[in-house]
Amino acid sequence: MVALTLPHPGGFAACPSPAFAGEGNARREPSKGEGGSPSADRVWAVLATVPDPEIPAVSVVDLGIVRRVDPTAVIITPTYSGCPATHVIETSIRDALAAAHLPHDVVTELAPAWTTDWITDEGRAKLRAFGIAPPPLGMGARSLMNAGAAECPRCASTDTREISRFGSTPCKALWQCNACAEPFDRFKCH
Amino acid sequence: MDGALPLPAPLRSASLSLAGEGEGLPFPEGRGTAPEAQGEGGAQSRASYALHLGDDALILGQRLSEWCGHAPALEIDLSLANLALDLVGQATSFLAHAAALQGQGDADALAFHRDVLDFTNCLLVEQPNGDFAQTIVRQFLFSTWQHLLYQRLATSTDPTLAAIAAKGVKEVAYHAEVSADWVIRLGDGTPGSAARMAAALDWHWRFVDELFAPADPALVAAGIAVDAPALRPAWDARVAAVLAEANLATPAARRAVTGGRRGHHSEHLGHLLAVMQHLPRSYPGAVW
Repeated sequence: MVALTLPHPGGFAACPSPAFAGEGNARREPSKGEGGSPSADRVWAVLATVPDPEIPAVSVVDLGIVRRVDPTAVIITPTYSGCPATHVIETSIRDALAAAHLPHDVVTELAPAWTTDWITDEGRAKLRAFGIAPPPLGMGARSLMNAGAAECPRCASTDTREISRFGSTPCKALWQCNACAEPFDRFKCH
Repeated sequence: MDGALPLPAPLRSASLSLAGEGEGLPFPEGRGTAPEAQGEGGAQSRASYALHLGDDALILGQRLSEWCGHAPALEIDLSLANLALDLVGQATSFLAHAAALQGQGDADALAFHRDVLDFTNCLLVEQPNGDFAQTIVRQFLFSTWQHLLYQRLATSTDPTLAAIAAKGVKEVAYHAEVSADWVIRLGDGTPGSAARMAAALDWHWRFVDELFAPADPALVAAGIAVDAPALRPAWDARVAAVLAEANLATPAARRAVTGGRRGHHSEHLGHLLAVMQHLPRSYPGAVW
């Protein structure tokens, strides 16, 4: 009972997108193996088109779950231990690369553990446009319960409240905006 | 499911009558300690340790999934299903590691083709869901322990165990938090909810000591396994603080019921396994 994500077909494209604050935190960007060789660049370009099955607005690269690209393998890390999307993602990556004549194995590595800090700035902007409040940066796992008020992805108000700590997928909580009454998902700090 | 059947199932189930009747299982101490658990940090002992970590997570994950669609409110239904998902995910990683160390089978073979006596989960996690208070108390006692355990296990000298724990500790932090919230809400709620919580504490308290039983000393010395008894003071302090806030009394110490780590289970586990294992056993090799 996990894949209950209800996509917003039109997203919130009509709403003015709040200014996107620049983030200066030290973040671990995935290392692009092979020294940025042409074939690795092509692999990364294909990966950037592979959507997350539960949140199709963002790609697996946006989410920071692709850690490295080796000559023969793409190394990914799961978001949550039990995230059922992981298997779909493996298959999607393998199929997309095979279709692009760049066949790679997909290898899952647990360490270092994925953190929401690895979601790229572009991924954060896409989440917000999709109606999901992105997780705060640099909170660390210990502060995940006290990440502060979420910013409404619709009207940018921070007058918001948590409805349920668990949502339609392991990575999201349910929130509601007190200003515009919009209920929305918040990507949990992890 | 790769069709590997590590054990002749019918032979093992013949000794099911060893399983006790719930309360006061007087299993002779020292009996049934698996020979491989006496190794010196070797692969077999390490596999047994990974197996018991995986079995704890798997059995509680299966229990919690029984609530899916039945919980008292949507919020907690989603919560319990998400907790179950986390635990089953952690179990998959632990069991895959155990299978690799054993050099045979895989996580599915271990989950679906072992019988009651081969499971080494603690007795706490196999307790029936009961009413909502029983489920919450079981979760609170276990998650508070598992959070402490994973914090230490994240520094294990076994890099795979460390990686699973470093990932799982972030998930279990939520489990401990959400169950503590409910303990307080229900304990400090109506007389009816408080009475149910007190009864749930009274039942589950007998299974707590087993959580802190020491692992194979060789594994602990090698930095692979967590020194479980050392977790007790922090667990006691956290549980006492939450129970105090919930206006619930900490139950008096009582005779511990143990045996799960040696495969001596209550009758409840067999029923749980019957549901969990039915499909892969009835239709071997079935795929979606």
